[in-house]
Amino acid sequence: MKITEKEVRYVADLANLKLTDDEVKRFGADLDQILEHMDKLKEIDTSDMEPMAQVLYDAEETATLRADVPRPPLSNQAALANAPQPGAGYFKVPKVIER
Amino acid sequence: MDVASLTIEQVRAGLLGRRFSAAELAAEALRFAEAQNPKTNAYLRFSPERALAAAKRVDEAIARGEDPGPLAGVPVAVKDVILTEGLTTTCGSGLLEHYVPPYDATAIARLEQAGGIIVGKTNCDEFAMGSSNENSAFGPVRNPVAPDRVPGGSSGGSAAAVAQGTAVVALGSDTGGSVRQPASFCGVVGVTPTYGRVSRYGLTAFASSLDHIGPLARNVRDAAVLLGVIAGRDPADSTSADAPVPDYTKALDGQVKGVRLGLPREYLKDLTSETGDLLARGVGVLKKLGCEVRDISLPSTEYAIATYYIIATAEASSNLARFDGVRYTMRSASSDTLSDMYRNTRGTGFGAECKRRIMLGTYVLSAGYYDAYYLQAQKVRGLIAQDFARVFELVDAVIAPVSPFPAFRLGEKVDDPLAMYLSDIYTITGSLAGIPCMSVPCGKTGAGLPVGMQILARHFDEPTMLQLADAFEKAGGSA
Repeated sequence: MKITEKEVRYVADLANLKLTDDEVKRFGADLDQILEHMDKLKEIDTSDMEPMAQVLYDAEETATLRADVPRPPLSNQAALANAPQPGAGYFKVPKVIER
Repeated sequence: MDVASLTIEQVRAGLLGRRFSAAELAAEALRFAEAQNPKTNAYLRFSPERALAAAKRVDEAIARGEDPGPLAGVPVAVKDVILTEGLTTTCGSGLLEHYVPPYDATAIARLEQAGGIIVGKTNCDEFAMGSSNENSAFGPVRNPVAPDRVPGGSSGGSAAAVAQGTAVVALGSDTGGSVRQPASFCGVVGVTPTYGRVSRYGLTAFASSLDHIGPLARNVRDAAVLLGVIAGRDPADSTSADAPVPDYTKALDGQVKGVRLGLPREYLKDLTSETGDLLARGVGVLKKLGCEVRDISLPSTEYAIATYYIIATAEASSNLARFDGVRYTMRSASSDTLSDMYRNTRGTGFGAECKRRIMLGTYVLSAGYYDAYYLQAQKVRGLIAQDFARVFELVDAVIAPVSPFPAFRLGEKVDDPLAMYLSDIYTITGSLAGIPCMSVPCGKTGAGLPVGMQILARHFDEPTMLQLADAFEKAGGSA
């Protein structure tokens, strides 16, 4: 076993995903099989490799910088148009502080 | 006019020769697409108002004697992960069923500026996660060539629309093969440009270091025209490259004699026999055209699946964190606290494959596992990129299969996620290296299922890649 049920629940918690008990079982089994395959990467010596964090093209380091000029932003109305619960120009959410 | 087989050149000739107007073509294309859609479920929705307004602008430009643009009047289908202002964009997810974007993706703005007509938004795997289009919240897409089979994924709807003739060209997105594999399964051309060649502004992010927007078309020339329209630097996407955009159609000159091609031996082992035979026949066509073909090795290939599924899911777990019930339409109703609201919304809103990948990505990034999985995968990614860099000192392009097998049956692989992941082996290597790659049809199996041949080239060498594909197509390689 690569991953225990307790770990599955812990990861779901980190990911802010509420899972049913059935899902915990199913994803646990799936992840176990997939992680088993991923262990293949442990075979390779990468001690002289830098992590390839980005796919870069040849350009000056400053190529992606632009002048700091203010532009009109998305309007408040447009930004809130898809909100499930807008109110008074803001996104409303349930209470944040738990007792 | 037969809308199902039109090319961009024919549309242009028809408009400028006044044989039909853009408005007439748009109306006919919409009528045809709506009538055909029940067969495939390729479109999630049509956009008649937007299409007819765009057609009107094209007709007015022609009436004024202006050049109406390289895509004038051309019906285009757009994958539903690409944002269209005012036109619902679901990403194939129930979570975004009612999401109406407040802006257009840069690729959308550019294609409409060039006279393109958006017919509708196409079905796809939820948030582009899948290889069969069976992960859509709005039902699977059927392959127009064989309705009991999948169209491939995740851009299955776009590939099916082009194959079915309900659009002349389409936009898809490709993270690990999502344009090339459905193109192969449906018998159309699919292009994944160099990383950074096309702006991703307005493409819903899946894995940002791997995401591309790419064209699908019924012939290489049409794909080249669409690519030329959407390519180029965009200040709104800092990863878009400042490299000049050549006229890709100029590369389609058939001059492929002496072009050096590599056939990676690691890619030929696990093919079904018919796929292997068709690829060998395709290589024969290229040899006849005067290309030099040699055996090459990409030794890190066996690590590519693990590398890809670690990096892609890690990035996805981060990118999909934004769908939390606050900004994007859906919120789980019965939640007393903020954290319950997040968990309930995401738990009920995402489909199974998205949840599986978010879990996997969160796991490989979590404390204690980061170095062993994520960091190691980034290093191996460097090795895979080096493999290609070395090979491109010897050859001008690499020829490879797209998928180990042709389109499979609906439901055949849904219960085995690892098997589904493993089938992406030939497309993900190019994605990890960030090089341009494409699928061009290379014949059909005995049962009539299309098979694509993949061409991979050096960074920003789309011209050589398209030149080869075009010469191959004109030599009858696709028949």
